[in-house]
Amino acid sequence: MKLNKRELIALGFGSVAALTLPALPAFAEGEKAAARIKEFAGGKEPVAGKVALTTPEIAENGNTVPVSVSVESPMTDDNYVQSVLILADGNPEPGVATFNFSPLSGEASATTRIRLAKTQNVVAVAKMSDGSVFMDKKLVKVTIGGCGG
Amino acid sequence: MAKPRVKVPSKASKDEVITIKTLISHKMESGQRKDRKTGEKIPRNIINKFTAKFNGKEVFSVDIEPAVSANPYLQFSVKVPESGEFEFIWVDDDNKTYSTKKKITVE
Repeated sequence: MKLNKRELIALGFGSVAALTLPALPAFAEGEKAAARIKEFAGGKEPVAGKVALTTPEIAENGNTVPVSVSVESPMTDDNYVQSVLILADGNPEPGVATFNFSPLSGEASATTRIRLAKTQNVVAVAKMSDGSVFMDKKLVKVTIGGCGG
Repeated sequence: MAKPRVKVPSKASKDEVITIKTLISHKMESGQRKDRKTGEKIPRNIINKFTAKFNGKEVFSVDIEPAVSANPYLQFSVKVPESGEFEFIWVDDDNKTYSTKKKITVE
C-alpha cells in the first residue's frame, strides 16, 4: 500500500496527538500547584517537617473548610518563619492564601476557612528567614464542593 | 458594608503570645460562579489583603486569594512586648479599606 505525502503527514500527526493528548488534563492540575510551590520556594526543594497542617479528614461543606497551620520555629529576629503558602491542588486555581509572619508573631501559626471544590490535597509550604523551605500535605475528602457548583 | 469584628485580650503579661481572632463580613465573590440566567461568570470581588499592626509596626499579614471562604475568618498569634494599640486593616479588589483598632494593656 503506497501512502501519498498527505496521508503520511496525517499518520504522523495522529500518532503524536494520540501520545500527548491523554496526558494533558491530569498533568495540568497538579502542575499549577507545583509551579506555585517552585515560585514561592525560590527554586529550593521543600523538605517535609516542621510544618503541621491541620485539616478535617472529611469536609461536610466545601464552602468553608477550617485549616490551621503551625510551624516549629524559635521566632527570633534572626530565625523565624517568613511566610507560609497554602494551596489546594484540585481547585480551579490552587492558590489559597499566604500568611506573612514576623518575629513579633511569637508563634508561626494561623487558622482560616477555605473553599475546596472537591476531594484534594491541601498543601502548606513554609519559607524561613534563612531561605530553607518545609512543607506538609493533607488529603481532605469533600462531600459537597465549594466553588460555585 | 463589610463589618469587621476582632477579639483581642484586653490585658497580657510582657512578651506573652496572645491569640487574635478576626472576622469580616464579605461575600468574597470568587469569580468562578456563573450567573444562572446569563451563563456569564460573575466577576471576582474579594478582600485580597489583611494586615495587623501593633503600635504602627506590621506584625502579621495575609495575601488572600479567592479560595478563602466568604466572611473571612483569620486567627493568628502576636507576642506583645508592651502596652499599645493594634490596628487591623482589610483591603478589597476595589482598593476599599476597612479597619478597626484595639488597645491592650501589658502589666
